[in-house]
Amino acid sequence: MLSRLVFVSGRALKGSGPIGAGLVHASRSLHTSSQSQAPVPALPEKGGKVRHGIIPEELFQLLYPKTGVTGPYMLGTGLLLYMLSKEIYVVNHETFAAASIITVIIYSIKKFGPSVAAFADKLNEDKVAKAQEVKDLAMTSLAQAIEDEKKEQWRVEGRSMLFDAKRNNVAMLLETNYRERLHMVTNEVKRRLDYQIALQNLHRQMEQDHMVNWVEKSVISSITPQQEKESIAKCITDLKALAKTTQAKAAV
Amino acid sequence: MADRPVPIAEKRLMDVKLGELGTWLGGRDFTPNGLISAIRRGHDRYYNKYINVKKGGIGGVAMLLVGYVAISYIWEYDHIKHDRWRKYH
Repeated sequence: MLSRLVFVSGRALKGSGPIGAGLVHASRSLHTSSQSQAPVPALPEKGGKVRHGIIPEELFQLLYPKTGVTGPYMLGTGLLLYMLSKEIYVVNHETFAAASIITVIIYSIKKFGPSVAAFADKLNEDKVAKAQEVKDLAMTSLAQAIEDEKKEQWRVEGRSMLFDAKRNNVAMLLETNYRERLHMVTNEVKRRLDYQIALQNLHRQMEQDHMVNWVEKSVISSITPQQEKESIAKCITDLKALAKTTQAKAAV
Repeated sequence: MADRPVPIAEKRLMDVKLGELGTWLGGRDFTPNGLISAIRRGHDRYYNKYINVKKGGIGGVAMLLVGYVAISYIWEYDHIKHDRWRKYH
């Protein structure tokens, strides 16, 4: 009960002490002792047994073989009477005060003891539950991390297929590019050659036209007006002759 | 029971025989460090037996208080002597 509260506060004090000292001695190296993986032993459930709140049970066990069950009580009574009669313990005003205080203490312990004990137990339970929660959370997150890690390792195995696909992609890109450029080259070359051909054709055409025009012009200029009349008259007589022959043919 | 011979000075007080008490006292460490470590060991034993448990009772603290009351009565005895009821016992 009380000791439980002392325990709760004592642990807190004990915990803060060494940390404050450790911050000062920063030069001390850590983790020098060999570590053992054994789990920390759990706290004992109950403390050493104490009878009537102040006398440890060991005294009773010590005297039991020789004096039985009533031995220590006889010892206590004898000691008390001895101290009273020899006035090693003096009865004065303090005795009255002590008696009142002890009465009140015993009454309050008998009345409120169990509830205080339950309260302290609940405090401890809460602390333990919180720590357990943290531990469980850590365990689940670590297990999850392990699962994820395994998944990543499985993914790594497919890495070579990924690289093959990428390599294929790159090869296709290169091929496409190469063919595009090949087409471009052929097209350009063809255009230039076509240009040359067209040029030559144009050249020949122009020469031909020019020559024809020149020949026509010279022929026409060479036909004098006299010759023109004569040729026209000849044409007329030829036409008449032709008309006669065709008329004759038609009549026959 | 006796697994190997232990030097007398390192035995616990309860295991020391009466005849060896002298050597035992002579072999104990009475330097300040030794005294402090003895006090620390005693404290640890009491603490771990009565206080550092899951369901401690009132005994752990009550015994300390009773010891405090007894020691303070002993220290004040020379003063309390004067309150005695009878001169001769």
